[in-house]
Amino acid sequence: MNYLVGAFKPPCNIFISFTDGRSRKQVPLKKENGKTVMVALFQSQENIVGEVVIEPIHGKKVEHNGVKIELLGQIELYFDRGNFYDFTSLVRELDVPGELYERKTYPFEFSTVEMPYESYNGVNVRLRYILKVTISRNYVSNIVEYQDFVVRNYTPPPSINNSIKMEVGIEDCLHIEFEYSKSKYHLKDVVIGKIYFLLVRIKLKNMELEIRRQESTGSGPNTYVETETLAKFELMDGAPVRGESIPIRLFLSPYELTPTYRNINNKFSVKYYLNLVLVDEEDRRYFKQQEITMYRNLEAS
Amino acid sequence: MIADGVEDEEKWLAAGIAGLQQNAFYMHRALDSNNLRDALKYSAQMLSELRTSRLSPHKYYELYMRAFDELRKLEMFFKEETRRGCSIVDLYELVQHAGNILPRLYLLCTVGSVYIKSKEAPAKDVLKDLVEMCRGIQHPVRGLFLRSYLAQVSRDKLPDIGSEYEGDADTVVDAVEFVLQNFTEMNKLWVRMQHQGPAREKEKREKERSELRDLVGKNLHVLSQIEGIDLDMYKETVLPRVLEQVVNCKDEIAQYYLMDCIIQVFPDEYHLQTLDVLLGAFPQLQPTVDIKTVLSRLMERLSNYAASSADVLPEFLQVEAFSKLNNAIGKVIEAQPDMPILGVITLYSSLLTFTLHVHPDRLDYADQVLGACVKKLSGKEKLEDKKATKQIVALLSAPLDKYNDIVTALKLSNYPRVMEYLDSETNKVMATVIIQSIMKNKTRISTADRVEALFELIKGLIKDLDDAFHDEVDEDDFKEEQNSVARLIQLLHSDDPEEMFKIICTVRKHILGGGPKRLPFTVPPLVFSSLKLVRQLQGQEENPFGEEESTTPKKIFQVLNQLFLQCAEAANDCDLEPVAYEFFTQAYILYEEDISDSRAQVTAIHLIIGTLQRMHVFGVENRDTLTHKATGYSAKLLKKPDQCRAVYACSHLFWVDDQDNVKDGERVLLCLKRALRIANAAQQMSNAARGSAGSVTLFVEILNKYLYFFEKGNPQITVAAIQSLIELITTEMHSDSSTPDPAADAFFASTLRYMEFQKQKGGAIGEKYEPIKV
Repeated sequence: MNYLVGAFKPPCNIFISFTDGRSRKQVPLKKENGKTVMVALFQSQENIVGEVVIEPIHGKKVEHNGVKIELLGQIELYFDRGNFYDFTSLVRELDVPGELYERKTYPFEFSTVEMPYESYNGVNVRLRYILKVTISRNYVSNIVEYQDFVVRNYTPPPSINNSIKMEVGIEDCLHIEFEYSKSKYHLKDVVIGKIYFLLVRIKLKNMELEIRRQESTGSGPNTYVETETLAKFELMDGAPVRGESIPIRLFLSPYELTPTYRNINNKFSVKYYLNLVLVDEEDRRYFKQQEITMYRNLEAS
Repeated sequence: MIADGVEDEEKWLAAGIAGLQQNAFYMHRALDSNNLRDALKYSAQMLSELRTSRLSPHKYYELYMRAFDELRKLEMFFKEETRRGCSIVDLYELVQHAGNILPRLYLLCTVGSVYIKSKEAPAKDVLKDLVEMCRGIQHPVRGLFLRSYLAQVSRDKLPDIGSEYEGDADTVVDAVEFVLQNFTEMNKLWVRMQHQGPAREKEKREKERSELRDLVGKNLHVLSQIEGIDLDMYKETVLPRVLEQVVNCKDEIAQYYLMDCIIQVFPDEYHLQTLDVLLGAFPQLQPTVDIKTVLSRLMERLSNYAASSADVLPEFLQVEAFSKLNNAIGKVIEAQPDMPILGVITLYSSLLTFTLHVHPDRLDYADQVLGACVKKLSGKEKLEDKKATKQIVALLSAPLDKYNDIVTALKLSNYPRVMEYLDSETNKVMATVIIQSIMKNKTRISTADRVEALFELIKGLIKDLDDAFHDEVDEDDFKEEQNSVARLIQLLHSDDPEEMFKIICTVRKHILGGGPKRLPFTVPPLVFSSLKLVRQLQGQEENPFGEEESTTPKKIFQVLNQLFLQCAEAANDCDLEPVAYEFFTQAYILYEEDISDSRAQVTAIHLIIGTLQRMHVFGVENRDTLTHKATGYSAKLLKKPDQCRAVYACSHLFWVDDQDNVKDGERVLLCLKRALRIANAAQQMSNAARGSAGSVTLFVEILNKYLYFFEKGNPQITVAAIQSLIELITTEMHSDSSTPDPAADAFFASTLRYMEFQKQKGGAIGEKYEPIKV
């Protein structure tokens, strides 16, 4: 039995670590098995430096055709399970073919790595970055070890950030004018605004502001669009009369938002919308959806 | 159905309380373990119970109060949390993550309170943010309670003058701005309640609204307690803004309540200085608003203020409070043409009270008020409305109470005019009030003019104004009234006998019309007064006054004489023969003993004759005695013409048209003949004295009497007698010695014309006249 277990167990342990691992910021990452682990956080153009430790199980030798480490950026579409699209792939050879008898440490370095896309974990799509260590062997399968890390890219505040102002309504029934102070928000931003009631002939019950995320994957006829409501934030309780103005102040920080992703590697897009919903006493919903652009701001994160 | 509704409501309330308590329990646990996140979570859940729409305001309040208590604990926790190093700014953001708005805003207000206390941000900014964010609640009941919570937690944190929250950036202006805004929003919500929900529940809604009014009014109360609001600020900012809201909300309940609230919470001094503005709002209110009550309260307050200290009176003068109020009332009445008369009178009554307190020296003001009242009442019939009459009584009593002196009230020319609008019943009541006032204050009314005015006022007691109702009058009440009139008469007094006499005359004039039932009450005191005056005059033996003008006992006796006759006549009407006889006897005695002036005698005898003629109670014997006596007196007058006239007047005593037993033609003729004799004697006397015959007037007068009785069918008056009398007159007129007298000529001529006319008229009378040749 022991022999059998030993036969299937890899003959060595592989540890991947980053040189600045202790000081580097860790962020939670949800794995496939539903567990959340803390992983290192990088951004594009950073040097990814670390070492790989290979520790053969006591008394065993590992014969190999070479050891390499790859840095992969992958997009995984769930409806297309199993297919990864690598948009980034860097390789470093760590060792020439030979045998390993004892623990050995290989330093590695990827300098100024171009990582244009952010890690993303959506409904139908996942974008992830991994370090993959492969010990190639003859006749038996290669020994592979992965290390996830997360990439987040910061953008400077947009130079143009217009407010969103709009008058909408149903003729002779309801006319409102709403205003959001900005069209572009960073992830910890606050949506400030106002809703003016210009005409109210229906009995409203309440009004809320929703944050909706629209994830579209694939292209052409195979486009899948998934919309999630991430937040429902009640703005008003009761029936307003003409001339009332209701303030909006919605803090974005409690919600798990990402920046807006537009056409990432031609595979997917993630867009955000503010949806203003008015509900009348018969529970009819009147709404107006406005796209907002989300961005990651260095100072605020 | 309704009972079910109430039961359901109880159930919902119970469920709400249970939910609230459960979450409060978890919240306490979180608080005890310093778990901020859980504390926020459970407090938000707890507050979610307040999102219910099922409870009436009354029940909702119960739930609110429980939540309020819990929030105090949470506030303590937040305070400790900041002491432990949690940033208040973060906390302020954190509570805003709550998804439901109502719990979010309650939490925000709670943290806001701690935020202000921490002084990490200017109080005004936090307050402004809170009051602005609360706009999210548009549901009237929930909004009102939330904002009331805001008002409650912020009231000790306003950047008032002298408050620890006052700073460079925070001034009392900000505090005022905050409260005003909260007030405005609350009022809007409150007014909106009226228009939401089905029309059939209007009554219920109005009841609910009135339960909530104090929440709105509390803001005004808070305003009134801000030390930093001085008069200028009140004038420039606070009052105009509040009034703007009141006027613009166009809601009856709100306008009534808030106007009253303004009047009650702010200092009188401010009201006085801003009367223009305050009063200017009244005509703009909805026509259904009960303005009279509010205005009355304002005036009442100002009156009390004026009464509180003499130092403030100049202020009233300075701002011309009276004329402003008067104008305002005029405008309000104009603006509300449907206002019932009761309202109008109430307003004037309050204004009168006000002016009496504030300008006791300005009688013209009081009179102006009464005048305005009269104007308003004119064109209307006497008042039917019981309440309105009551109010008029109050209006009229006010000056009496104030001055304690009817004399002052008598100077108010419009006073009696107002009284005219009362029905006779109330008029009596009012008259009684007046008399009581006089008696209470022992007011001395010492001129005839005033007595005249006074009796004009109380004429309701003195005569029957409209005789329709007087049989309903309770005997005791009547006696009571008349007794008080009697006492009043006793009180009239002047040291100046001349004036006193005039007073007596005036009183006599008034009471004589009182009819048989009143006279027994009113005459005796007058008699006593008169006698007192006589004695007084006798006391001062030498008459200090001029011969002609002076008041002499004689004159007084003459008056008394008339009184007796009046009494006799009254007794006559009551069919009391002995009493009437007694009175007559008194009158005769008085005539004999005390009336010595010849002219007075003439007047008196004519009175006696006239009265006696109208008496019908006397039996034959008594009547004879009295008639005989009267004829005797007549013949004993000093001057012949007077004698003559009195005697021919006596002829009427024997011939009363509607009494068949008094138709003694013979004695009539006797009288007339006697008169003729006297006339003759007079003629001769004047011939002898001056050489010329006197006027024939007496003859013509006698002729007229002849004709009268002739027409009445006295068989003793014959054609021949008349014929001879006419000839006699003609002869007299053409005699050489006669002095031409155009008046007598004309009299005679017209008498002849009359006879001619009667002839031509034909009929029974014409036939009678036919034989007379002219």
